[in-house]
Amino acid sequence: MLTISGLKAGIEGKTILKGIDLEVKPGEVHAVMGPNGSGKSTLANVLAGRENFEVTAGSVRYDGHDLLALKPEERAREGMFLAFQYPVEIPGVSNIYLLKAALNAVRKHRGESELDAMDFLSLVKEKMSLVQMKEDLLYRAVNEGFSGGEKKRNEILQMAVLEPRLAILDETDSGLDIDALKVVADGVNSLRSPERAFIVVTHYQRLLHYIVPDRVHVLADGRIVKSGDRSLALELEEHGYGWIEGAAGTGAEEAVQ
Amino acid sequence: MSETDRQLEEFSRLQPVLPGMRVPWIERLRREGLERFGELGYPSVRQEDWKYTDVRPIEKRRFTLADVPVPVEPEAIAGYRLTGLAAHELVFVDGRFVLECSRVDDLPAGVTVTGLAAIMDRAPGALEDHLGHYAPADDNGFAALNTAFMTDGAYIALAAGTRVDAPIHLLFVSSGEGRAAHVRNLLVAGPDSHAVVVESHVGLGEGEHLTNAVTEMALERGAAVDHYKLARDGAKTYHIAGTHVHQQRDSRYTSHNVTLGGRLVRNDLGAVLHGEGGECTLNGLYITGGRQHVDNHTRIDHRAPHTTSREWYKGVLDGRSRSVFSGRIVVHPDAQRTDARQTNNNLLLSRDAEADSKPQLEIYADDVKCSHGSTVGQLDREALFYLRSRSIDEATARNLLVYAFAADLVQRMGLTPVRRQLEGHLGGALLSADAPGEVV
Repeated sequence: MLTISGLKAGIEGKTILKGIDLEVKPGEVHAVMGPNGSGKSTLANVLAGRENFEVTAGSVRYDGHDLLALKPEERAREGMFLAFQYPVEIPGVSNIYLLKAALNAVRKHRGESELDAMDFLSLVKEKMSLVQMKEDLLYRAVNEGFSGGEKKRNEILQMAVLEPRLAILDETDSGLDIDALKVVADGVNSLRSPERAFIVVTHYQRLLHYIVPDRVHVLADGRIVKSGDRSLALELEEHGYGWIEGAAGTGAEEAVQ
Repeated sequence: MSETDRQLEEFSRLQPVLPGMRVPWIERLRREGLERFGELGYPSVRQEDWKYTDVRPIEKRRFTLADVPVPVEPEAIAGYRLTGLAAHELVFVDGRFVLECSRVDDLPAGVTVTGLAAIMDRAPGALEDHLGHYAPADDNGFAALNTAFMTDGAYIALAAGTRVDAPIHLLFVSSGEGRAAHVRNLLVAGPDSHAVVVESHVGLGEGEHLTNAVTEMALERGAAVDHYKLARDGAKTYHIAGTHVHQQRDSRYTSHNVTLGGRLVRNDLGAVLHGEGGECTLNGLYITGGRQHVDNHTRIDHRAPHTTSREWYKGVLDGRSRSVFSGRIVVHPDAQRTDARQTNNNLLLSRDAEADSKPQLEIYADDVKCSHGSTVGQLDREALFYLRSRSIDEATARNLLVYAFAADLVQRMGLTPVRRQLEGHLGGALLSADAPGEVV
């Protein structure tokens, strides 16, 4: 589904990703972990098409497409979804309008007709119960005045409505208390399916108690320094990223500094 | 020939057709206006209030008044009527009232809605205490010229306690090439009266045109007037408008001043709060592109204690367009407990667009609440990426953010057809007919 080969990318002339190789198959959940500054969020944003990042080498294939040649909206229409670390507030645009506009753009791309108002509303309400979101948030401006937890739930709601095939969660757990974390994880778990893949970017392995990954990758200084199964996350929890530094050599040390 | 001499000649030529010339005080008012124009001439960029707005192109064009009205087919203006609700509608072509296109339904007793010219000729006594009292001709050359040449406009008089439920739509149509319209409106709102007035300016042809409008409004004790001014002039129209509002105790004036069209638009909007408890709300929105130039000068005078003003102007500028906002608030020595707030926000969509914002607070009383703020910014790149990452194409995402920027002002407009028109204008390429800020 997704094949990343030798990906190098940076921002304002500074190289952050220094050669990433990653293969994600349908149905899999991949966790990307690493200390601050290791390049986790850069990877998520480069995949989603954020324009201020510059790709200097490598390639990304997604479902037969050259992903890097697609605009952000084209990636989204092809089934990619980024849950933002910091969801953006958009005063003046209601949450429900955004959901409807986004869903209709995706459906149009798939050759499906727009949902009528009744069908749309019942779909949204069904998905809202999944993330235990209060209905009045639908009619408020996008993320405006939402609490941190509400913003993250809103991201998962959008994901549930849009039903992407590849979802990237960028530190969705940051700033969440344990109850909100469980709700978010339940939302994600309910969307797991053999056709759908997830990349879960996180600093802490706490989230991975609830979203159990198939593969865990540790990123340090812009490279994947270690990959393994779920037990790798547990080892990290026990030993911290310092344990990886020793294993990965000097590169990881720079990242930690 | 100098411009002053040319205007003198114009005056002699048009004298027989200008309304009210047989009424001594109106003739005197006109002649004083002409003299004053002779002294002032057109405003110059050397004057502080006109520093950013160069009107020399208007002088060069040497616009003349049409001496006979231009016929307009009713179909040509059908699209500009207020739709979806009952409205009284007065239609003016090149500044002249056109009865055949107008429609005034049953009005409450004590309410007059008609053309001003007819009143100047037939019942000038009704005007004598008001006309020229609120818009002094010594303001600037345009106001002086308007006083000399005022051709027609709306006359609205509301007796004490009357309410006009249907909006009163004043539709000013410009027909074409090289013409000037000196529009004059007068509204006298008696104690505790209420009306909603919509003033639309539209251009039918692509020709050059000058609209020079002066609107005077007197709000007696407890009167409430909602005033929409929608400038959707043609691309070669010069639009100069002075609106002067005098407010007595407990009166409420709300202005929605919207500029979409025109080559050069200058609004001078002034409200004077003469009585305790008076409130004025000035909302403004300008959306410009190409080489448009829009200049909004507002002035609020707090002359009595316990008066309130709220002012909020927003601009969206694209292309090489230019906007000027100058908001002056004067709190006079006796106006204790004044509460005044002013905000001006500008959104630049292009590198070549320019917005100038100049708040001016003059406070001569010590127990007052006054605040002001202005911003100039660009589209939020984060928000743009967020929308695009949700499948929305870039053009639509930009439109949505522009809509969102203007939404809070648009939503303040209580009159649904006007609000819908603007939503349509703002959301041209949006995905659905629903307003993005409303529920689906």
